[in-house]
Amino acid sequence: MAQLFPKEHVLGFIGSIVLTLVALSVIQFDLSLTAALVILWVTAIAQASLQLVLFMHIGETDDKKSIYVATIYSVVIGLVTVFGSLLAMIWGY
Amino acid sequence: MTMSEIFAPLKEPLIMGTAVGIMVGVIAVIAGLTYFKLWGWLYNNYIKTVDHKKIGVMYIFVALVMLFKGGVEALLMRAQTAVPDNKLLNSEHYNEIFTTHGVLMILFVAMPFLFGLFNVVIPLQIGARDVAFPRLNALSFWLFAAGAVLINVSFIIGGSPNAGWTSYFPLAGIEYNPGVNNNYYAWSLQISGLGSLMTGINFVTTIVKMRAPGMTWMKVPMFTWSSFIANIIVVFAFPVLTVALIMMTMDRQFGTKFFSTEDGGMDMLWANLFWVWGHPEVYIVILPAFGVFSEVIATFSRKNLFGYGSMVASMIIISLLSFLVWAHHFYTMGHGVVVNGVFSITTMLIAVPTGVKIFNWLLTMRHGRITFTTPMLYALGFIPIFTIGGVTGVMLAMASADYQYHNTLFLVAHFHYVLIPGTVFGILAGYHFWWPKMFGFKLNEKIGQVGFWLIAIGFNVTFFPMFILGLDGYARRMYTYSAETGYMTLNMISFIGALVLALGFATLVYNIYYSLRHRKELACGGDPWDARSLEWATHSPVPEYNFAVVPTISRLDEFWYAKKEGRDLQAGKIEDIHMPNDSAAPFWQSVVMGLFAFFFIFNEIGIAIALGVVTLIFMAVRSFEIDEGRHIHIKEIEEEERRLRGDR
Repeated sequence: MAQLFPKEHVLGFIGSIVLTLVALSVIQFDLSLTAALVILWVTAIAQASLQLVLFMHIGETDDKKSIYVATIYSVVIGLVTVFGSLLAMIWGY
Repeated sequence: MTMSEIFAPLKEPLIMGTAVGIMVGVIAVIAGLTYFKLWGWLYNNYIKTVDHKKIGVMYIFVALVMLFKGGVEALLMRAQTAVPDNKLLNSEHYNEIFTTHGVLMILFVAMPFLFGLFNVVIPLQIGARDVAFPRLNALSFWLFAAGAVLINVSFIIGGSPNAGWTSYFPLAGIEYNPGVNNNYYAWSLQISGLGSLMTGINFVTTIVKMRAPGMTWMKVPMFTWSSFIANIIVVFAFPVLTVALIMMTMDRQFGTKFFSTEDGGMDMLWANLFWVWGHPEVYIVILPAFGVFSEVIATFSRKNLFGYGSMVASMIIISLLSFLVWAHHFYTMGHGVVVNGVFSITTMLIAVPTGVKIFNWLLTMRHGRITFTTPMLYALGFIPIFTIGGVTGVMLAMASADYQYHNTLFLVAHFHYVLIPGTVFGILAGYHFWWPKMFGFKLNEKIGQVGFWLIAIGFNVTFFPMFILGLDGYARRMYTYSAETGYMTLNMISFIGALVLALGFATLVYNIYYSLRHRKELACGGDPWDARSLEWATHSPVPEYNFAVVPTISRLDEFWYAKKEGRDLQAGKIEDIHMPNDSAAPFWQSVVMGLFAFFFIFNEIGIAIALGVVTLIFMAVRSFEIDEGRHIHIKEIEEEERRLRGDR
């Protein structure tokens, strides 16, 4: 029975809710911009890692090449989207 | 909202008429199903199914129905603008119609039709038994269907989205758009978008993991390759839409100010996020169509595809470039020269890999023995018409010139010149090409070809005048104009073209009816077109398990060479086949999620939360469920094979 219980999923589910609540707390308390941004960055990275490890099972395969290709492609698209938006909406406006 | 507010759209006679028509249709279908005692058949064979072929057919059926709804909207728009100061539609109704026309045609016609083709064809082309996650596949379809129901219901209950298919803020925001109209937009796209995202994940996994033994990457058929790239784009682009729609919902229903013009909000951030998804979306609907053309042109030229490697390379480049060009949709927003310069260059770059593909198709046909079947006609018609769309695209890509074209009918003509030959012709080519694979008989060739000519000519007559109207300064989305503007002649020509186009689409339906009645004469074997890829190696219609013996692949177009050499690809020993179990859970979960969205739209948060909890229960039950699937035994397979071969 112990093996059948999806421990990782439940842990991930609770963990992601907690991280979301922590991130949301920045609007509840009167924090400085730096403090708020630090909290948001830390929870965002923790949230992404949690999803990747506990739900997507990254690293549980022997096919390392495809993991690297997929990760690099995702990071490139993510950076392009974020910095492209910043360029279009703020820096180049 | 009061009842009279909720049903306010019905005050308009046109909408009342449509509503009555839909009611009569629904009652007729229910009565028919009851009379012929087909409910059990429908529930067991379709609603519960996880079979990729049946799911594909359902996708195509819903997409065709939506195509006709979107088409009627297009006709109404053309009729309204055919003469000056027309009173056929009022401005509000016109706004709703051009909005839902765009939403329907892109998200509920083009995508599901292509998803239908993915479902029917891809597992067969790679020699798989089903997709990687069959149950998830059913959920994808039913979520899409729930989204489609929501957007259609909006016409009658509460009012349709009315801020354009792009739904730019601040117009789409709560202050300028206080009704439920744009809540419908947010939620129907959200629900069906979740389905699309799951389809993307499902097909990427299927193509990566489930190819037949020996099918290395450079032996994968071109339709599968192009769909693989399209699904990768789905996986990367749709999360952006999901997040943007949640932000829209927060703004409209919970008082946040992400896209507001005040309190530090940024209205153009919506346009930015929308097009971060929206531009890759264009490639999501066009790349699989390119794949269809590649299959069709190679098959009917009796030659292998020219430049296979460069086709693959150009698609991979397109998949990356498609994420680098989005800001060209709002050059006139007011950002500086650097931004417009950067996005101009990336936009023009994308014409290069696309051009490579055009030349590959032309060179495939060179010295080929071309047969002019219906799918081939669509492929041949696509090349010149799409090129006009591409060239006007390069014109629009120049940011400084775009200030002239922006928001005029020139733009409308351009994207119809891209999407109709690109996507619609691709869809129709694939539909005529793979119909025999789905149902075991061909569609009538003559009616198919008449349909092609009506559609191709009607399309050009409808949309070419729009280039000229646009250059003359006719703004898009205008519901009427005065006689002095002199816009009438070209608008009238465009309306006549639209009627021809409508006639062309009507022949599609007539062809289904005609061919169904003559299915005995039109019946065909597994390979009616003398084609090249693996899906034609099995019977038509395809047995549940696809291939009795999974073929081993040693080269591209293995099936074609096996035919030439007289080899039987399924010669091995038949063994028990492991198949997934059917399940009704995806259907009921989608019903619940559809209702959840419906109550959310009307701000009935209490009921919505209750339904949200039910959705979570569905998911929890699924995570604890152990489903090992079932086996089809050797005896049953042998019997089925004998029956399909015709000896009993």
